[in-house]
Formats: sequence, C-alpha cells, structure tokens
Amino acid sequence: MDNLYQYLLTGLSNGAIYALIGFGFAIIHNATGIINFAQGEFVMLGGMLALFFLVFCGFPLAPSIILSILIATVVGIIFERLAIRPLKNAKPIRLIIITIGASIFIRGAAMLIWGKDTHALPAFSGNDPLYIAGATIMPQHLWIFAVTILVIFSSRLFFNHTIIGKAMRACAYNAQAASLVGIDVRIMVMLSFSISAAIGSLAGIIIAPLTMTSYDVGIMLGLKGFCAVIIGGMSSGLGTVMGGLLLGLLEALGAGFISAGYKDAIAFIILLLILFFRPEGLFGKKETERV
Amino acid sequence: MILKVANITKAFGGLTALDDVSLGVATGSITGIIGPNGAGKTTLFNIITGLYTQTSGEVYLENKKISFFSPEALAALGLVRTFQNVELFGQMTVLENVMVGSHTKSSSGFLSCAFKFPRQIKEEKLIREKSMRWLEFTDLDDHAEMRADNLPFGKSRLLEISRAMALEPRVILMDEPAAGLNSRETLQLAKLIRQIKELGITVVLVEHDMDLVMDICETIVVLNLGKKLTQGTPREIQENPAVISAYLGVS
Amino acid sequence: MTKEKRQIFVFLIFALVLLTIPFLLRESYLLNVLVFIGIHTMLAVALNLLLGYAGQISLGHAAFFGIGAYMSGILTTRFALDPWLVIILAALSAAAIAFIIGFPILKLKGHYLAMATLGFGIIFYIIFNETVGWTGGPSGLSGIPNLQIGGIIFDNDICNYYLVWIITIAVMLLSINLSQSRIGRALRAVHDSEVAARVMGINAWVLKVQIFTISAFISAIAGSLYAHTMTFVSPTSFGFNFSVELVTMVVVGGLGSIYGSFLGAAILTVLPEFLRVFEDFDIIIYGLMLILINMFMPGGLISGFQLLAQKVALKIKGK
Repeated sequence: MDNLYQYLLTGLSNGAIYALIGFGFAIIHNATGIINFAQGEFVMLGGMLALFFLVFCGFPLAPSIILSILIATVVGIIFERLAIRPLKNAKPIRLIIITIGASIFIRGAAMLIWGKDTHALPAFSGNDPLYIAGATIMPQHLWIFAVTILVIFSSRLFFNHTIIGKAMRACAYNAQAASLVGIDVRIMVMLSFSISAAIGSLAGIIIAPLTMTSYDVGIMLGLKGFCAVIIGGMSSGLGTVMGGLLLGLLEALGAGFISAGYKDAIAFIILLLILFFRPEGLFGKKETERV
Repeated sequence: MILKVANITKAFGGLTALDDVSLGVATGSITGIIGPNGAGKTTLFNIITGLYTQTSGEVYLENKKISFFSPEALAALGLVRTFQNVELFGQMTVLENVMVGSHTKSSSGFLSCAFKFPRQIKEEKLIREKSMRWLEFTDLDDHAEMRADNLPFGKSRLLEISRAMALEPRVILMDEPAAGLNSRETLQLAKLIRQIKELGITVVLVEHDMDLVMDICETIVVLNLGKKLTQGTPREIQENPAVISAYLGVS
Repeated sequence: MTKEKRQIFVFLIFALVLLTIPFLLRESYLLNVLVFIGIHTMLAVALNLLLGYAGQISLGHAAFFGIGAYMSGILTTRFALDPWLVIILAALSAAAIAFIIGFPILKLKGHYLAMATLGFGIIFYIIFNETVGWTGGPSGLSGIPNLQIGGIIFDNDICNYYLVWIITIAVMLLSINLSQSRIGRALRAVHDSEVAARVMGINAWVLKVQIFTISAFISAIAGSLYAHTMTFVSPTSFGFNFSVELVTMVVVGGLGSIYGSFLGAAILTVLPEFLRVFEDFDIIIYGLMLILINMFMPGGLISGFQLLAQKVALKIKGK
C-alpha cells in the first residue's frame, strides 16, 4: 500500500506538470492553430535558468524564479517575432519545421551555455517530508499542486473575465472577425506565445527539484505535455488538467507495477490511440467540418 | 435525369443550411442554381460532390445512389467540379495540372512508373497529348510550362475547367465560374460552357451573374434560405414574383 | 537537347562521377564519410517522397531505419540467416508495419500527423532500448557479419562504397522516375490541394499510405546496409534526434528534389566532421539551418544551385 501511495503522489505531481505544459500548447494552438514544438524548451529554460540564478549566481529563490520566467518569456516573444510572424500564412508543414528548428536551436544554445550535465535544483522548502493524516508528502509536491491550481484558476479568470483574455479567445474563434472589431491579432498572437512561455518555464522550475534538469529535458516534458492536452482536448482547459493527471497516474502506475523502462512508451501509446480514435480528445468537443 | 437530388437536408449544429431540397438535372442540359447569398448553393454542391455529408436525403447519378460517396469515387463515376475560389495545384505547371485530370483514365502503378515499363511510357505520352488538347480547348496551350500559381486569375479559372475536362466527365459542376472575370472573359466562358454541352456533358452551375445564367441555362433552380423556391426555364424564373421578392428581400 | 534528354544526361554524369570517385580517392576516412553520405541519401530520398512530394511529415522515420538495421543484425547473428534474404525480409517487415500503422496515422493532418509519427518513432526507440535480450539494449548489438557475393566480402571501404552507392543510385533513379509519372503528379497534387486532388479522382488517403510504405521499405534497406557495413548497431542511431536530422536533410537540400536530398544528406554528413573541432556546435547549427532555409529559401539549397546553373547557361548562350 505504501508503494501505491507513493506512485499516486508521483503520478499526480508529474501529471500536474504535464497539465501546465499542455496548457501552454493549447494557448498557442487556440490563438494560431500552431502546435509549438519548441514548447518543451521553455520548460527546460525555466529549470536551467532557475538553477543558474539560484545555484550559480546565489540569488534568493523568489527573484531567481521571477527572473527565469521573465527571460523565458522574452525568448518566447523573440521566437514569435522572428520565426512565426514572418511565416504567418505558410502551410502547416513549414510552421512545424520552423518550430522544430527553433527547439533544436534553443536546446543547442542551452547546451553551449550550461553544458551537458544534469543538475538538481534545491527544493523550495527543504527536503523534510511532511506528515499529513498518516501519509508522507514532500513539500515540493505541495508547491506543484498549489502552483498548478493557481495557474489554472488565474488563467480561467483571465480568459473569461478580462478584456484582453476575451480578445484572445475572439482571435482563436475567428481572427478576421476579431481584427474587424479592432482587436490587434498580431499582439494577441504574441501575447499567446509569451503567456505560453511563462507557464511552460514555471512548470520547468517547479518540477526541477524533483526530477533533475539538463539541457535536453525539454523534448520529453514537451511531448508529455502535448499528450496531456491531446487526451483532454485542445478546446478544454479543465480537460487538459484531467488529461495531465490521467497521464501522470498511468505512467507512475505503469512504471511501478509493469516496467520503468517502458514508462515513457505509455504516454505515446495513449497519444496514438487518442489521435486515432478520438482526435477531439476525451473531454473536447468535435469540430464542425469545414472545407 | 442524369443527376437527382432527393430531400437533402443539411444542418450545421443548430443552423439548417439546406432544408428538404430536391431537384433533377436533365441529361445533356445546362442547369443553373441561383439564389441570394446564404441560400445554400455551395453547400448543395459540396454534398453532391462528397465533400460534406448530408444530414438526410439522397443523391442519384443515373439512378445509381451516390449518397455518401467520396469525392474520388464520384470522380471515377464521371462527376467532377470546379471551385468558387479556384483550387489549382499551384506548384505544378499548367500542363501538369491538366495531366492530373487524367488520373482516373490511366492506370500505371508504382512499379511500372518507377521502372518506366514500355506501357507506362506509352500511357504517359498519351496523357501528355490529351492534356495539351484540353489546354487548346481553353486557349491555354501557350502557358503549358508556366507554374499554375503564376497564371492571371481569369486564366486560372479556365485551367480549372481544362483540368476537369481531362477527367472526361459526364457531369461537371461549376461553382461560380464567372466570379472575378471581366465581361470579355465572361463571354468567352459562356461560349466554352456551350461547347462543353455540345460534347454531351451535363453542366450544372452555381452563379450570381444573372445575364450569364439567363443566357446559357435551359433550366434554373432557385434556392432561398436553404429551401428550393422554384424551378423553371429562364423566362419563367424571370417572371416569378416569389423569385423577385426573394432577391429584393421583400416577403 | 530536349528537357528529357538533358535530365538523362545530368543523371548519367552524376552517377559516373560518384562511381569513379574511389579511383581518384583512396583515403579510407573519406571513403567512409562517402559511404555514410550514401546511406543518408537513401534515407533522405525515402523521406522526401513522403515529405517533399506528398507533403506529409514524418518525425519517426528513424524507426524504419532502425527496424531494418536491427532485423538484419538480429536475424544474421542469432539465426544465421542469409544476409541478403534478411535485407529483403527486413524491408518487407518495415513496409508491412508502415502499411498497417499508415492507415490510421495518415488520416491525421499537419501538426497532429507530426506528433503521431513522433510518438511512433519514440515507441520504437524505447523498444530498441528495452528488448535487451534481442537488441542488446543501450549497449548495442555487435558482430553483425559483412555482406558477401560469391568470393567478394564487403569488409573494406571500396567494396562498401560500391555496395552502398550502387543501391543509392538505383533508389535515386527509381524515385526520379516515380516523381515524374502520374503517381508523382498525384503526390504533388495531394500536397498542393488535397480537396482538388480528391475531386480529380485521387484517393489521397490510400496514396499517402502507399508512399509511406515505400518510404519505410527504402529506409529499412538503408538500415540493413548500415548494419552490415558498420557491423554494430545501437539505439542512439535511431532516436528522435536522427528523425529530425533526416527532416533537416530533406528541407536543407530541397523539398521535392531528389538531387536536393543528396545535397542535404551530403551537407549534414560532412558538417559534423568539420565541426568536430568545435564539438557540440552541430545541434545549434542544425536548428539555425532549419529556420533560415525555411524562411529564406523554401526550395532548399538545390533551388539556389539551379538558379545559378540557369544564370551560367544564359551567360554562355549570350556569348
């Protein structure tokens, strides 16, 4: 039973991270129709930057986190400005290739700057387990759950109750109509990239103390996040959270009871099954047909 | 009747784009489908050509039920269409575009294409010659080696017709073939459509240019707000008060 | 000269130059690099048929390369089957897998297709790593025999060079033929406008599955040749990074150009050799190349070469 509990806890906290990353995918996809293959690199940047400021520069925790998110966001904006905007009306295949190119570039740059080593980020509130109702839990898990809930709720507020959030949703629905009512679509696209980069890097920062970080963690984390959002359906924010948690749990249980080596395969088998049989996601709505 | 549409209804979510529409197209005729914007003309075309699936109702081609057939299956049966916004293969040459039209009329497989079997070489030559003839048909033979997306708009409409003709269809559906054409080009189009009819091919067109429709169509179907308003000769349509009020927006 | 004759002429020169290289160049290191260029060319051509012609991306093509390599490795070392027979078996197996997976996967479009093929590739990468009993796991599989015909054993650079390049040149020729036939036109039609292609009677879905299958078949042959020339395989050669590298070759060389695939393969094979001096720079340079070529030269480097050739031809004519 102890093991099971540990698996569930690991599963849920990883799942929360996947959900956050998936959320980043959905924000860009809903604003532009692009699936940003560089999404995982923002996650990596979050972890590596936080490590850099916290451990190498010796900054305190809060400024390190804020600085890391800021820099990752700026990278997201530069990426949108230099690579995405000039290709606005290109075919998907060119957009896919360009985001792949960007992801390799960011990864390569991170490797040149910080090297190939794997590092552990110190946990935010130490490594002493907490005992709650007879169960142990690491403080970092609590951080992850708290941050995830906070992000999901505040983005719900943002998209449903602020003018800018509503404008972004309008762009997702119909960019042309949005621009007719005076919304600057280009700014909204840029905003989607910056929010997405910020959330991605935040996810990378809070997971780094548990899973270690290095220049190449972005690939897998990005893919898992994508898997979460596909399970949940691009159109559903809550669905993404459910998708992330479901994936995290299945992975943890699979790793614990079947084989750790095949753990990563679980995500991709689920991904393929969902894409084949229910591409709108388990919680999403079917898109109406268009020619 | 070569083409029959029976009780087609199409709903997009809560919106009913077509409501119980039935119509017949006489073999060898030129039939026009007209109606104000939003009448459901293009939706009807998309259903007939297999791009949309109807909510209910059937489509028949020479008494064969073709409801829910895929576009490629319909092409093999000799039903082809052109598009309102012109869908060319932009990165291919003008001639190659027409050659694609011969796809269903040729049969060389992967192996014979890769190894250039004699039969394939012969077939390829034949496709090329036939395609050149279809380019001559629309006066595009001078542009054969040009990239299709470099063609001026008027000519790209003609190329789309050449390509459709290369399929040697029995029925050709044209979605607003005159849209974007100047008056000289429209006259040329009218002549071309008559020539197509003379080849024994049935033409169905959706069109907003009333002069063109009244000039070339034998039968006209009027759609309004997803329903069939009436069907008749151009003269009957012009004199029908319901049609006039539909266009003027008076009810 | 007609267009067709000129094409044949260009191809003959190309083939002739490649086949005479070993007479002029005896240095083993360079021949080795050229063998790799050959294998990469085969892979790039295979992917180009799918990506450049049909316009369908695959981010998991390294899996087919790996299936070829591992099947050759496993069946020859453990079951002592005839290597030539195994090459055909491996290619057919990869093609069968591609065919089966192709139907559901090629229903997907654009970004979703990219993610699905990526997932497929990673699943195979994990299988290569985890089925230790068969593949040797991360430490790899060694002792794969060299190929031989009659008395000739393909265990030296010159033999391997001819083995790989004769097959590569054949693959290129067949691909060029295919690309200029009704099937090549149908593929490009699907690329430009799938709706219009279908209205013209092309069954886009089946056609995509067919070209995916052929592409897997060729990739597996390249994998088998790789296994027999290297005599050692390990999973790192067949991971996500290599799939991306293949896409880079095709894009850098030129989407929809068979010679472009050769050019891309050559550049991406030679580049790391040069960059060895500044180790670790290759990733960042691949990324930059992908971005820059995609933005400023969508036709790839080969289109630049063609423009140059036209200009030179005009100048000569002018004189």
